[in-house]
Amino acid sequence: MILKIKQIVIIITITCFFSCKQEKPVLTEISGKQIAVSDTLIATDSIEAFVAPYRNRINEILDSTIAYAPKDITKNDGILNTTAGNLMADAVLELAGPIFKSRTGSSLDFVLLNHGGIRSIISAGNVSARTAYEIMPFENTIVVVGLKGDAILEMVDYLIKAKRPHPLAGIQIILNKDDTINTIKIQGEDFDENKTYYVGTSNYLVNGGDRMDFFKKKLTFTETDYLIRNIMIDYFTKKNTIAPITDDRFIKLDY
Amino acid sequence: MDRRKFITNTTATSAFIGLGGLTLNSCGVDTKKKITILHTNDVHSHIDSFPSTHSEFPGLGGLAKRATLVNNIRRENPNTLLFDAGDIFQGTPYFNFYGGELEFKLMSMLKYDAATIGNHDFDNGIDGLFAQLPHAKFKLLSANYDFTNTTMQGFTKPYDIYTVDGIKIGVYGLGIELDGLVTKRLFKETTYLNPYEIASDTERILKEEEACDIIICLSHLGYQYDTDKPDDLKLAAKTKYTNLIIGGHTHTFLDKPTVVKNSLQEDILVNQVGCFGINLGRIDFYLDSHKNMAVDGISITV
Repeated sequence: MILKIKQIVIIITITCFFSCKQEKPVLTEISGKQIAVSDTLIATDSIEAFVAPYRNRINEILDSTIAYAPKDITKNDGILNTTAGNLMADAVLELAGPIFKSRTGSSLDFVLLNHGGIRSIISAGNVSARTAYEIMPFENTIVVVGLKGDAILEMVDYLIKAKRPHPLAGIQIILNKDDTINTIKIQGEDFDENKTYYVGTSNYLVNGGDRMDFFKKKLTFTETDYLIRNIMIDYFTKKNTIAPITDDRFIKLDY
Repeated sequence: MDRRKFITNTTATSAFIGLGGLTLNSCGVDTKKKITILHTNDVHSHIDSFPSTHSEFPGLGGLAKRATLVNNIRRENPNTLLFDAGDIFQGTPYFNFYGGELEFKLMSMLKYDAATIGNHDFDNGIDGLFAQLPHAKFKLLSANYDFTNTTMQGFTKPYDIYTVDGIKIGVYGLGIELDGLVTKRLFKETTYLNPYEIASDTERILKEEEACDIIICLSHLGYQYDTDKPDDLKLAAKTKYTNLIIGGHTHTFLDKPTVVKNSLQEDILVNQVGCFGINLGRIDFYLDSHKNMAVDGISITV
C-alpha cells in the first residue's frame, strides 16, 4: 500500500512537472501612450507640503527688488547689437575685468558672448535676482583667453557670417555695405594684428559651443569661476537703474 | 500512527490537492499578467507646474500632480515600475539653490525605481552628483560610463533586475558622450564607452544569463541625429533582446511611441516624452501563458 502511494506521488509529480512547464507567461503584447501632467490633476498634498519651505526660501531671495528697468530690455531690438546683449557684455567687461587683472596682471580687452545664451527678456519694472536666473539659467562661467590678431580676424569673419547680434563690449566693429571690414577698434584703439588680446567669454563657447572655432587658437586660458548669472546679479545691485541702449559697437554702414 | 506512514500519506494527500489546484488554476487556465512601466526624461528641476500664463506649457507639469497621476496608476495596477532617463538636474532655481537635493528627495517620495545619468546631471561636477546620492532611494543605472577613479565609482550599476508578479524585468542605462558637451573639469575621469557595444553585451546578459522576460533600456543618447552620432533609433536597429528604449536628451515630443525594427526584424518601442515633466510615458506589457510568442510575435499598439 505504502509503495503504491509512493508510485502515485511520483507519477503525479512528473505529470505536474511536464504539464506545468509551459505555464510561464511570455510577452505577447505591448501598448504605449503618453499622458499629459495636466492642470486638471489635483496636486498630492504631501508633495506640496514638502516642497513649500524650499520654494518659500527661494522666492524670498529671488523676488526682492535689486534694480529698476525703465524700459523692456530684449535681444531682438537691434540688428547687430541689442539692449540685452549690450547689457550682458558690458556687465561682464566691468565686473570680470578687475578679477582677471588681479589674477594675471593683464587687462581684459573685450567681451564676446553668444546671442543664444540670452534666455529671456527683462520686462520694464522691478528687476530681481530671479531676472538674472531667467536670462541666464545655465551654470556658465566667464573665462578669459588670449587670442592673437589672426584669431581675432577669424572671430570677426565668424560674426560677419553669423549675421546675429552676438553680445560684444570693449570692441567696435564697423562693416561696409558689402560685409567687408571698415573699422575694428579694441579699447578705443585701432586693431593691431600682431598683438595678443584678452577676450572674456563663456566657458560654453571656449569648449566648442556655437562652433566658435577661433577659440581653439587660444594662447592663454584663465577661468575666473565667476558665474555669468552672478555677474548679472552683482551688476543689477551695483547699478540700481538698468537702461542699456543700442549703439555703434557693431554696425553695418548702409552706404 | 507510524510516523513514516503519516508523512507518506500527507505527501500523497498534498499531491492530490496540489494536482486539483494546478488543474483548475494553473495548468488548465490561462495565466495573464500585466506590467506597467511609467517614465519621464529631462525634467530639468521643474518641480513646480508651469504658471497658467506660460506661453508654451500653461498649467502643465509639476511633481505634486505627477505624484497623483502615478499613484492613480499604481492603484489600478500595483505591478508598476517608474523610471527616468536623465537630466534630472538644472533648469530652475531649485537646482541652483539646493544642488539637486530636492529633485532626488521628491523622486524617492514618488518611488522611482531607477534613473540613468544625463549630461546635465554633471552640472555641479561629478562630486556634486555624488553629494546628492544619500537623498536618492532609487538606483542610478549606467552601463557605458566607467566611473573608475571618480567619487561615483561603485555607486552606480550597469543594470538592475526587478521581479514583479513573478516577471523578471531587466533594465540597463546608457549615457551620451560627455566630451564636448560637459566641461572635463566636471566629469573628471569618467570614461564614455561605445553605447552600441555595451547595449549588446548587457541585453545578452539580461536575456541569456538572467533570463529576463522584459528588457528595457534607459537612454540619454537622444532620439535621432542626422550624423553618425549614436541615437535611440540607431541603437534600436542594432539590438536583439531589448523591448523598450526610454529616451531623453533631445527633448523630443512624440505624438506616440515609435515602433521600430530591431536587428532580428522584430518590432520594439522607442519612446521619449518631451521635457520638464510635461508628460508621463506609459507602456503596458501583457504576458500570457497560452499564447506562443515564437509563432504569434509580440503585437504592439500605440
